[in-house]
Amino acid sequence: MSPVSLVDIHRVLPELSWCVFGVVLMLLQPFLKSRQGLTFLALIGAATGTLTTSLAAYGSGFNGLVQFDTLSLFFHWLLGLTSFLVILASDSYLEREGLDPAEFYALVLFATAGMGVLASAQELLTAFIGLEMSSISSYVLAGYRRDSIKSSESAMKYFLLGSFATAFFLYGIAVVYGATGSTYLAKIADAEPTGNLLRLGLTLILIGLGFKIAAAPFQIWTPDVYEGAPTPVTALFSAGPKAATFALLLRIFGTSQAATDFWFWAFWILAALTMFAGNLGALVQGNVKRMLAYSSIAHAGYTLVAFAAVTTMKATPLGPGQAYGAVAFYLASYALVSVGAFTILSELGGKGERYLTQDDYAGLGTRQPFAAAMLSLFLLSFLGLPITAGFFGKLYIFTAAINSKLIWLAILMAINSVIGAYYYLRLIVVMYMYEYKGTVPAEAAVGLSPTAAMVVTVAGLITVYLGIMPNHVLGLLVTQNPMVTSR
Amino acid sequence: MPANGNLLTVLLFLPLLGAVAVLFLRNDDHLWIRRLSLAVGVAEFLLSFLPVWAVPPGSTGFKLEVFIPWITSPRIGYHLGVDGISIFLIHLITLLTPIGILASWNDIKHRVKEFHIMLLLLEMGVIGIFLSLDLFLFFLFWEFGLIPLAFLIGIWGHDRRIYAALKFLIYTMAGSIFMLVGIIWLYNHTGTFDFVAIQQMVQSGQLVLSQRTEMLLFLSFFVAFAIKVPIFPFHTWLPDAHTEAPTAGSVDLAGVMLKTGAYGLIRFCLPLFPDASHRAAPYIAVLGIISIIYGALVAMVQPNLKRLVAYSSVSHMGFVTLGIFSFTHIGMQGAIYVMLAHGISTGALFLLVGMLYERRHTFEISEFGGLATPMPKYAGFFLFTVLASLGLPILNGFVGEYLVLLGTYEKHWQWAAWGATGVILSACYLLWAYQRVFYGEITHQKNRELRDVDSRETWAMVGMCFLMLWLGVHTRFFLFRFQASCATILQQASPNRAEEAATPKYVIPSAKATDNSTERVASR
Repeated sequence: MSPVSLVDIHRVLPELSWCVFGVVLMLLQPFLKSRQGLTFLALIGAATGTLTTSLAAYGSGFNGLVQFDTLSLFFHWLLGLTSFLVILASDSYLEREGLDPAEFYALVLFATAGMGVLASAQELLTAFIGLEMSSISSYVLAGYRRDSIKSSESAMKYFLLGSFATAFFLYGIAVVYGATGSTYLAKIADAEPTGNLLRLGLTLILIGLGFKIAAAPFQIWTPDVYEGAPTPVTALFSAGPKAATFALLLRIFGTSQAATDFWFWAFWILAALTMFAGNLGALVQGNVKRMLAYSSIAHAGYTLVAFAAVTTMKATPLGPGQAYGAVAFYLASYALVSVGAFTILSELGGKGERYLTQDDYAGLGTRQPFAAAMLSLFLLSFLGLPITAGFFGKLYIFTAAINSKLIWLAILMAINSVIGAYYYLRLIVVMYMYEYKGTVPAEAAVGLSPTAAMVVTVAGLITVYLGIMPNHVLGLLVTQNPMVTSR
Repeated sequence: MPANGNLLTVLLFLPLLGAVAVLFLRNDDHLWIRRLSLAVGVAEFLLSFLPVWAVPPGSTGFKLEVFIPWITSPRIGYHLGVDGISIFLIHLITLLTPIGILASWNDIKHRVKEFHIMLLLLEMGVIGIFLSLDLFLFFLFWEFGLIPLAFLIGIWGHDRRIYAALKFLIYTMAGSIFMLVGIIWLYNHTGTFDFVAIQQMVQSGQLVLSQRTEMLLFLSFFVAFAIKVPIFPFHTWLPDAHTEAPTAGSVDLAGVMLKTGAYGLIRFCLPLFPDASHRAAPYIAVLGIISIIYGALVAMVQPNLKRLVAYSSVSHMGFVTLGIFSFTHIGMQGAIYVMLAHGISTGALFLLVGMLYERRHTFEISEFGGLATPMPKYAGFFLFTVLASLGLPILNGFVGEYLVLLGTYEKHWQWAAWGATGVILSACYLLWAYQRVFYGEITHQKNRELRDVDSRETWAMVGMCFLMLWLGVHTRFFLFRFQASCATILQQASPNRAEEAATPKYVIPSAKATDNSTERVASR
């Protein structure tokens, strides 16, 4: 073991900056009383981490524990941008709910750092540390509204089930180590792929991570946790941990290890179940936040379709780059759109998040034209309508699936898209075509706060930008194998 | 690239520009919102005449093409072009949009700004459908056009508007998602979304599909188009959408939205999947005949005037289907002619029904009777339109339906015979409805004071009636411009071509073959 060198530090610059700013925020809390000041500091922290992403050099560090490559670069940008937007959106939320900002921001930054580790981990125990960093921060964030029973329930549920899932993950690592004698992904990838012990270990890992991405049948916790957590936190949950976990999954199962029938069918079934669980659940929800929680499950399902494609793409001339690209692009499109949508929900919910039913959204098109228009844009992107990010996300997944001859999975996805169309459109219909019944008292029916409006505008611009010029982002991922460390 | 290569781009995006301009007007400044939208609509209408010069009679192939690479991965190009078929359909939408704005001048009173923005966006979406030569771009506009129309129905419609809007959206989206899968499949096997390139591959035998694959692909496109046309049994969204839509929405829906489906069949289904089209043709033609007769029979028993017109659309669009899948030159021309004629006459019928609704707030036929006495001019316009719609010679409806039946007769006289019953039935339901509404005693006191058409309505109707007459009399003007394009499509879709091309050594020189067919057309 060589001592830690500057080069190693270089590989984890973003994580370091996020952690440093998190610590600084906690230390400054007794002295800095202004909420705006703390928000500003947190924003600088998130931005610094994101920008240092571009400084971090490609290559592996800490004796191969982490690797910084195109995939890491992409996910670090995504995670940093997400946490930046989430912090900006939380500002008015924390003020309205009367919650302490410093710890909140620090936790968001710690969680982001954990996700960053997940996205660049090359070794399972490092991944475990990243997973724990992000999870433990998330448990606290979920219960941040202490006086709300729902929030406490959310935190408790998340904590118990999350720990359970982590145990699976850890046990999986142990079994994999037993089977291959290593926890390094590269070594595992070289191992004999048919060993039953290894297969068991990887299955356990998949279950552990399946919990994090809310893949059916491990998705039961999602709606309750998402509904109970403070809405900006829900935005973070739906975007960050999911993206980071998928990045890790790509690294584990994007290798030759996974190119077997077993994993193909595992992902196939997981994808099909997840899509249906999410969409059928969302179909019957009257609460908008809960509906979006279910829809987030469905979107994990769509991403898993591309995963099933990853496990078959080896043989095709296009190589796996296309499926990787599909996964990464979809996550990016979903994450940013989701942050935008949840931000609107957070603003419209009013104090205590009471106004989240469909009735409260009736006639929003005339009452709050901007919020309604932007929420419609986000819903249309979820739905996958052209000129939005979601469309190209879906298109790339379809393309990857059809390229890999996953015709039936593509058809299932098409059916699910139609089911999804129904409940997304219904909300748009409610906003524009229903009469408002006056369920929201006047003091709660204020427009978006300036910070939230900024978040929503940025998310909206990105949605349209990715929907018109997707290749700027996708070119990064498809044209080369993103796990090759060259720029 | 010609110097006026940007003409189509301007044509496509002018409505969008107009919509953005309207967006910046004050919410309550209704008069200027209407005036500006009308100005944009009229400007667009005039502008749409310019491409006509680029499409001289007898010309084949696409004119005024624009091609700009847009997205590199997957390779998607911004590829536009017009030919004899699309040019008149574009006229139809650019004409019906200002007419729709005029028709809603007094009718739409709330959320006026959004209404006009939606109308203009709809116009852009539909023009995009007709201009796109890139399958992907086409799909984009295909989806894009739905949203404004759904809003038009859902916000400004009648009682069951939300149900109708959602039904319309879900139906069409369900269809188009299969088309998307088909388009991606084609892309994966050809490496391009460009329609012209794929078509050439099909033509030259570079892209040879197995029978089963071709049929599946054909069906994936066909379902999307059949829902839009609509072909029985995919028609059930249409009566609801029509009945609940505001007048301008109905006019655009009947006038243009339905045509996008038929246009898709002609432009994409036939040339891309010639063998599958031929194999499916008998079944689809039968569906077309069922649409004709079923639509007419159901229209006959409708107590609701607007629903009656809606079902008559199903019946008329059946002629289009029949004409296309007769695979005869005359039948195809007839189909396109029916599309144009139906756009005008059904559009006019919806306008008239809308005027009546504005006055009485009901569509129930039993509420009327004897209207010819208080509203003589209105009754005159209505009669003229009804006669045009039911196919009286020298008016527009006759030409297309006659050509379709003639073309179908060449192939199967039984089909033509069944189809001809539709002409008779249409006379029955339209004239019977006319009689119940306009003749007899005035049974409701309210009807006595109904005011006749005012000058705005008169001018709109005079324009429409003139067009009906023009389309009925000066048929050569239209036919000469699209008959060569029809010939090209038929030649591309001929089964022999596909069989010959499948043997790799023998490649038809496509340009020459096209010329031959043009000559053949000219000699008719």
